[in-house]
Amino acid sequence: MNPVILYTLLTAGLIAAFAAIVLFFIARKFHVQEDPRIDEVTNALPGVNCGGCGQPGCRAFAELCVKSPDMEGLFCPVGGNDTMANVANLLGRTVQAKAPVVAVLRCNGSLTNRPKHSRYDGPQSCAVIHALSRGETGCQYGCLWCGDCVKACKFGAMTLDKESGLPIIDEARCVACGACVTACPRQLIQMRLKGPKNRRVFVSCVNKEKGNVAMKACRAACIGCSKCLKECPFEAITLQDSLAYIDDQKCKICRKCVLVCPTGAIHEVNFPPKPKTAETSTTTGT
Amino acid sequence: MTTARLLVVSQPPHIPGPFSTRRIMLDVLIALTPAFLAALYYFGVGAFLVTATAVVCCLATEYLIQKFLLRKEPTINDLSAVVTGVLLAMNLPSNIPLGMVAAGSIFAIGIAKMCYGGLGHNPFNPALMGRVFLLMSFPVAMTSWPKPLINRFSVDAVTGPTPLAIIKEGLHAGQPLGELMPKIPGYLDLFLGNRGGCLGEVSILAILLGLAYLLYRQVITWHIPVIAALSAFLLSGLFWIMTPGSTPDPFFHLLTGGLIFGIVFMATDYTTSPMTVKGMCFYAAAIGILTILIRSFGSYPEGMSFAILIMNAFVPLINKLCKPYRFGEGKI
Amino acid sequence: MGSTPANIKALSFPQGGIHPPDSKLSSERAVRPITLPASIVLPLGQHIGAPSKPLVKPGDKVKTGQLLAEAAGFVSANLHSSVSGTVSKIDGVIDVSGYKKPAIFIDVQGDDWLDSIDRTPGILADISISSKDILQRITDAGLVGLGGATFPTHVKLAVPPGKKPPQILLINGVECEPYLTSDHRLMLEHPQEIMIGIRLLMKATGVSRAILGIETNKMDAIKLLTRYCDPKEGIQVQALKMQYPQGGERQLVKALIGKEIPPPPRGLPIDVGAVVINVATVFAVYEAVQKRKPLIERIVTVTGKSLKDPGNFRTRFGVTFDHLAALAGGVPDDTGKVTAGGPMMGRAFVDLSAPVTKGTSGIVFYPKDQSLRETLTNCIRCGKCVEVCPLGLEPYLVAALAEQGNWTRAEEEKLTNCCECSCCAYICPANRPLVDFIKLGKSRILDIMKKRQKV
Repeated sequence: MNPVILYTLLTAGLIAAFAAIVLFFIARKFHVQEDPRIDEVTNALPGVNCGGCGQPGCRAFAELCVKSPDMEGLFCPVGGNDTMANVANLLGRTVQAKAPVVAVLRCNGSLTNRPKHSRYDGPQSCAVIHALSRGETGCQYGCLWCGDCVKACKFGAMTLDKESGLPIIDEARCVACGACVTACPRQLIQMRLKGPKNRRVFVSCVNKEKGNVAMKACRAACIGCSKCLKECPFEAITLQDSLAYIDDQKCKICRKCVLVCPTGAIHEVNFPPKPKTAETSTTTGT
Repeated sequence: MTTARLLVVSQPPHIPGPFSTRRIMLDVLIALTPAFLAALYYFGVGAFLVTATAVVCCLATEYLIQKFLLRKEPTINDLSAVVTGVLLAMNLPSNIPLGMVAAGSIFAIGIAKMCYGGLGHNPFNPALMGRVFLLMSFPVAMTSWPKPLINRFSVDAVTGPTPLAIIKEGLHAGQPLGELMPKIPGYLDLFLGNRGGCLGEVSILAILLGLAYLLYRQVITWHIPVIAALSAFLLSGLFWIMTPGSTPDPFFHLLTGGLIFGIVFMATDYTTSPMTVKGMCFYAAAIGILTILIRSFGSYPEGMSFAILIMNAFVPLINKLCKPYRFGEGKI
Repeated sequence: MGSTPANIKALSFPQGGIHPPDSKLSSERAVRPITLPASIVLPLGQHIGAPSKPLVKPGDKVKTGQLLAEAAGFVSANLHSSVSGTVSKIDGVIDVSGYKKPAIFIDVQGDDWLDSIDRTPGILADISISSKDILQRITDAGLVGLGGATFPTHVKLAVPPGKKPPQILLINGVECEPYLTSDHRLMLEHPQEIMIGIRLLMKATGVSRAILGIETNKMDAIKLLTRYCDPKEGIQVQALKMQYPQGGERQLVKALIGKEIPPPPRGLPIDVGAVVINVATVFAVYEAVQKRKPLIERIVTVTGKSLKDPGNFRTRFGVTFDHLAALAGGVPDDTGKVTAGGPMMGRAFVDLSAPVTKGTSGIVFYPKDQSLRETLTNCIRCGKCVEVCPLGLEPYLVAALAEQGNWTRAEEEKLTNCCECSCCAYICPANRPLVDFIKLGKSRILDIMKKRQKV
């Protein structure tokens, strides 16, 4: 054999052997006794490290699960009930199933509904606009159209609609991690119950101004007329500061409020199209 | 209603400032004009061809990368690519094959600038990276220098070594300095530019005119050029006093090679120089010292490019260590 | 403009600063009175601190100078009616911040002043009044700093617990903002009153020395006030170089007495034994103490390159910007931006029906072609922002850290020291929105610091 290759192999081998011995003893010396269940739980988790559970990552959440005696208040929004059941199973505990939630944008102030009253010139960031000015429209509560929520979403569930300026939430992809809720400086995004067959009814507005002022700022604003309040048979709707709010725990999605809302601020989602509109759409379709 | 006007809402300041990126780049180009004219005078048509090729290639590379690779709005309007092109050309000999110029330009913009994120993000001076790339790849073409004022109207030039190379090789071969000095042009010729060398570096007079313009326009401050020149002068002076027979005097070091061009146009590059005055002083002093060290002890006759590139690498560290004095943080 | 005569040595602060064009279009224009509008709006929070508590209800008749709302706590200020008439409602009004604030609406009827206010033109130079009474009258009159920060004056004059009493009074007559001329006109038209005001303040604070700092672009004011001030009393007029932000509290103290106020939020002028008062506030002190006139009006500069008749107006608070603009020849057709305050620190706003408040030193109209920012490029790391920062910060760095949301490092790099003078954004060749991000960072980091203190 070529002596160069021989010497190379020999020295490299010796160094490797020496390093291995040193590493072996170091590993022994600094070994940390860890609950093996933490690894198991971590493996059962989705592993996206989104922070939706309030912990810095999946492993931290797993440690907390193992430590906590009854796992109360611990929930992985991404994995949902199935994952939590798995985790509970691994740890020999039981958890109650939570109703699934989804992110909902509570603003309908699209570019067409809300006239601009000024032109903003500066960094395209909701946080900056909110901290330093009122935004480009008369509504000081509404969406700023800059998509801080879209940037915050790690699951590609949000896109900024060019036509309306508002973010669109893709329910199929939304895992309810809550990143957008924290990212929105105006707290427009809410985690609401997904509802039966994903059907929901909610007030898509957070404007607390009196009716005339709100109306002037945005055509689709809740004006606090209280019609929905009177219509609701389940007392699910409350009115505060000229703003209606539908409690998703009490709402039975009867949709009576949707019909009476004068500004269309109450939205219904995922209901089958009404027969009339279905007809017109088929006729226009053919 | 007055609100129908759609007034603008923005943060202060509400009046435009005196500087813009484009204007600064334009000022650098204006400051380079005397050096370019001197190059045209001494090296003729070759100087023009090299500069034109470098500028066109730099612009094209930046445009194509931004348009097709990064898919965003090209920003060649800010003239920064033109500046890189001209600076690169100023660092090349006039008789270098144009294909090499193109390769150097593509490397300078494509690798040394755009790879790091484009304008303002490159850690090393792109023009110098282009030059060093060429120096490593094509050492012969990069070190055969056309003699000035001969064959100005054709690209085939009569070549000869630069003053630095004459001294370096002569001293290496054991010849005494006294025999070597008459072989190089006189100091007045060196000052005016009547010598072999890269396009931009030959005429010290033209470079100083450019420096005066840059200072007048407040594009750069005096710190980097003055301190770098001073530190080079002092260190070479020290060597000259210690070994007078075998070391050229400090004025020779200042007048030859690309030292003056480097400290005026290359070391002062915004992106690759420190942000604070304190940092700039340290950086400039180190450049002067490194240049003289490389010239005296290195294997290359010229050390300017390497000195600047080495210090470029230290700029983030310098920025971290040399903070400005924070008002009120001292004792009351 | 403003070449310094050989016998006056102009001082300045040593670090940073810029030289924006002066643009003082209205410095030759004497202060004009305004016509009263049909109604006015007085926001309850015209000062830093808690909004005042209203003492009137809709339907009440009020006289000019009558107390409408009292200070709610120590760091707060009284609010007086600037007109006579009937209170129509107490409701929200959109002020220059763009947000709705509670305010008192008054329908103007005549101009019937309270009898206790001395409206004779004579100058009252007698200052035998006790220092306690001076402070009480200042508190009663609802005085706040008229330089723009609107910090209640009685709080500023009181020595905070644990601090030494001040040794020197510094009067800010710098007016370093381009365009604004209200303080300049005030000094030219009321030099004697200002001198009496300074003496009153010296008595109230118990200091023996006072320095009035004025930039050299106001040589006429420097000369005039020097004539009226008596060095035997310890009052001195000091010329200051034209360098923005010469009128910043920290820069002014450094320039005048060479001391550095520690950085905010803990550092105050009292830490270096100084009290800094704006010259317009000094005049208001004179009126409040000698004439018993509460703070109901101030001089407001209405200016802009394309404004027909720019000028300085003695403006009652609560008058809308629209009304003022009409007096200065109407809003120019090419207006693209309006700011309350000067171009370096003023606030761009939209709704011209917002009211003039205690903090409004001027209103500037900008033509359309100057209202948008110029082309944004990458930061070219020229270091000019570091060079001009009067507080020795690295604006490029702290702005980038704030943009990334790296609050920890931004705090380490002293982002919260920033005084928002906008020098960095003015000088930036790449037109980076440095001030935007720094302001965002400042509000976020101050929140974090507050939370940390609680824990």
